[in-house]
Amino acid sequence: MTEVLQSTPDREELILNMGPHHPSTHGVLRFIVHTDGEIMRKAVPDVGYLHRGLEKIAELQTYPGYMPFTDRINYLEVMFTNMAYATAVEKLLGTEVPPRAEVLRVLVCELNRIASHQITLGCITMDLGAFTPFVHLLRERERINDLMEALCGNRLTFNYMRIGGVSQDVPDEWLKQLEAFLDHFEPVIDEFDSLISYNEILIKRMGEVAVICAEDAVGFGLVGPNLRASGVDWDVRRDLPYGAYPQMDFQVPVGMGEKGTVGDCFDRFIIRVEEMRQSCKILRQCLANLPEGDIKAKVPKMPRPPKGEVYSCVEGARGELGVYLISDGTPKPYRLKWRTGSFAGLSIIEHISRGLMIADLVAVIATLDVIAPEMDR
Amino acid sequence: METLSNYIADYLELSGLAREILYAVLIVAVAAGVFMVALTISGLLTLAERRVAGRIQSRVGPNRVGPLGLLQWLADGLKLIMKEDLVPAAADGPLFRLAPYLVIVGVFAAFVSVPFGQLLIAADLNVGVIYLLAITSLVTVGVLMSGWASNNKWSLLGGIRAAAQIVSYEVPAVLAVLSVVLLSGTLSMQGIIAAQGGWPWHWYLFHNPFTFLAFFLYFTAAVAEGNRTPFDLPEAESELVSGYNTEYSGMRFAGFFLGEFANIYLMSAIATTLFFGGWQIPGVTPEQQATSWGLQLVGLLIFVAKASIGCFVVIWLRWTFPRLRVDQLMSVCYRYLVPLSLLCLAANAVYMLLIPAGSMIDRIIHYGTAAFGGLVGLIFLWRVFHHIRSVGDRLDLNVLARGQKGRFDPRIQARRYGKFRKKRYSKETG
Amino acid sequence: MLGYEAVILLLAIAGTIAVVFVGLSRFLGPRNLNEEKTTPYECGVPPSGTARERFPVRYYIVAMLFIIFDIEVVFLYPWARLFRELGMVGFVEMILFMLVLLVGLVYAWRKGALEWE
Repeated sequence: MTEVLQSTPDREELILNMGPHHPSTHGVLRFIVHTDGEIMRKAVPDVGYLHRGLEKIAELQTYPGYMPFTDRINYLEVMFTNMAYATAVEKLLGTEVPPRAEVLRVLVCELNRIASHQITLGCITMDLGAFTPFVHLLRERERINDLMEALCGNRLTFNYMRIGGVSQDVPDEWLKQLEAFLDHFEPVIDEFDSLISYNEILIKRMGEVAVICAEDAVGFGLVGPNLRASGVDWDVRRDLPYGAYPQMDFQVPVGMGEKGTVGDCFDRFIIRVEEMRQSCKILRQCLANLPEGDIKAKVPKMPRPPKGEVYSCVEGARGELGVYLISDGTPKPYRLKWRTGSFAGLSIIEHISRGLMIADLVAVIATLDVIAPEMDR
Repeated sequence: METLSNYIADYLELSGLAREILYAVLIVAVAAGVFMVALTISGLLTLAERRVAGRIQSRVGPNRVGPLGLLQWLADGLKLIMKEDLVPAAADGPLFRLAPYLVIVGVFAAFVSVPFGQLLIAADLNVGVIYLLAITSLVTVGVLMSGWASNNKWSLLGGIRAAAQIVSYEVPAVLAVLSVVLLSGTLSMQGIIAAQGGWPWHWYLFHNPFTFLAFFLYFTAAVAEGNRTPFDLPEAESELVSGYNTEYSGMRFAGFFLGEFANIYLMSAIATTLFFGGWQIPGVTPEQQATSWGLQLVGLLIFVAKASIGCFVVIWLRWTFPRLRVDQLMSVCYRYLVPLSLLCLAANAVYMLLIPAGSMIDRIIHYGTAAFGGLVGLIFLWRVFHHIRSVGDRLDLNVLARGQKGRFDPRIQARRYGKFRKKRYSKETG
Repeated sequence: MLGYEAVILLLAIAGTIAVVFVGLSRFLGPRNLNEEKTTPYECGVPPSGTARERFPVRYYIVAMLFIIFDIEVVFLYPWARLFRELGMVGFVEMILFMLVLLVGLVYAWRKGALEWE
């Protein structure tokens, strides 16, 4: 937006620029807040500061060559973006992924979900003023980072999956370390709960704030924990099963309005804590049922999928992460479109920001888990 | 101060003008000394905050500059002095420059009547309590001025909110203090301490249940006045980028910062004086203390220890709690604290009317409240240990921690931390 | 002496040393002013409008409430100091005074003056 912002002629509104360079917006986001000093009339988001043309870049890369770019779509849930892209191309090619690779994919995806939720929960509490839980969760996230570094050599942008499977096999020692991590981490979630989740001040800041009813949530296209917090019981892992998820036994937490109404910020917060627990459960099942075999199917070096289009989605940490891929028989995609949960999450902010206070806006952005690179691509 | 001056003058056998000059020199020395002490205290508090924050967040905190990081605050001060002195073009020049001075003067001038020891008070004003609470109100003016003069919407909002907060929370703070003044019958700080005793059941904290309540009211209101979390909305980084001191940099910012930390110590010192018996040593009367330098020193150490524990609690609160929203903040003040503190004051007055001081029932109430307070403390400690054990962790009181030495599994760890790093590189590459 | 010499001296010393530090900063620090550094900070974009907008009237109401209670507190100071001498009569008078102000607080509460702030 390049318009010059002026307040209304009778100077009743203050137009604040919660701009791209701000300690609390997650990534490079800009909000133009119309407020009377404390209560907002509306908060208009301004996106595009992190647009890197990743969808256009896909049209210039070969199918396997685009995999590192998928890391950068969302650096916090890398395995999910990798997997969404890989499953899309595999659907077009018709390859079948070996069972060991499927279970390994689920394993690293759930580990990544835990890591992503750690950052999200830490950022929520940090934005609300409690700095310590963020550092504690980062300490735990370091262990996941170390596991991932041992596995694929990278701490943030893993580039682990390939079309047809995964790229590295897991040594037994690594599986033992993963089990040690799980033994260590499950009590830490309970400690987090006892320290900060039910803190009076946190409940006052988040309960009953920015309630998103189920119709609004579905209407604006919210996905993932945001959608489930509003009471809509939809999880792609269970309802449109893919990969090794049909073999896994897990619960899907849905918002219950524990400390307020269904769909308030506290629901969005507590659901992510519960999801971390469920991810630990899935991880233990993966560890117990890891089949032997190949880790990657045979795929040509320069795959030429037949002409066609496919939409393939996975349940990322921020919800349904979808890839819409059109191929025209050449080694490079014709069109690749990403459908991410953060974009919908951002679009609802203007709708629910009426009547909130600026302090609540920060809580809303944090609990909706808006990540700028996923939004702008 | 006069007694000290007379004592030295008699020793040196001076008279007339020389006595006056000696007195003047002594006063100047004492005032400068108090200011330096206050500056050092607030500098050390910034370091203490960072160390305590580090330990709470399971990391170390600054430990490089000087032994255990004790010179970190000097390094910070030096760095801030060397920064560019930037005044925004659109800012209101004189007001922008004046605001930090008001904050510094307002807070440091209050140290003149903080009773560090029985004879260690720069000026034992007979209106000590009023003076303390009044001179710290200069901070409000300074904060408001900085918000307005910065000519920045964020600063303006922050400054107004800060001023509204500080000013509102003065009411319950003063009302809680007045409960103590009721009991002691004097406004002078040394007088209030002298009316207490060394043992905990002589303290005003455990005088009766209403003063016990008054302490918590005062402490809450003082933390809110000092703009500390959970009441630190005016300087909330994640919301208003730093509120009223957004545009300040370098030494001007240091003025605000030092003022805030000196304020923390000040409010702890006031709480110690009013509620915890100040420099009184258990089992020693003030007359005995007046005659011996050793006991004076012990009194000073006791006062500093009590005030430091108060500071530790304030720092602990900051790194544990989220912050309150501004409307919740104001509602806590006017709906809960003000009526409660009025009630507390009235109840204390009724107590004083009904129960004669020093009688048997008075002493029973002292012991009873002290026992109750002790019980509360023990329950708190038990809960802390219980939570630590239930997570499967152990208590780590290693405040001098130097960081973990490779506690992670080296087969998974790709690096080591801290001072082992160099060795590893030279082994690998060299 | 009443002890106010130390107060005045400390005020003077604190002010002087603070000015000295900032003055030191002017000499020891660099001076490279340019256009962007001196504009008001609004999160990285040019500031929209001036800062001299109207601010909400809630703060004025808070100021009024504060004045009322502060004056009450000012009257409470001498009463608290001389409580023992004033006895029961003083107590009853002061309780009536506090009750009147408490009624004022309740009135402000019920009228919604304590909302949003």
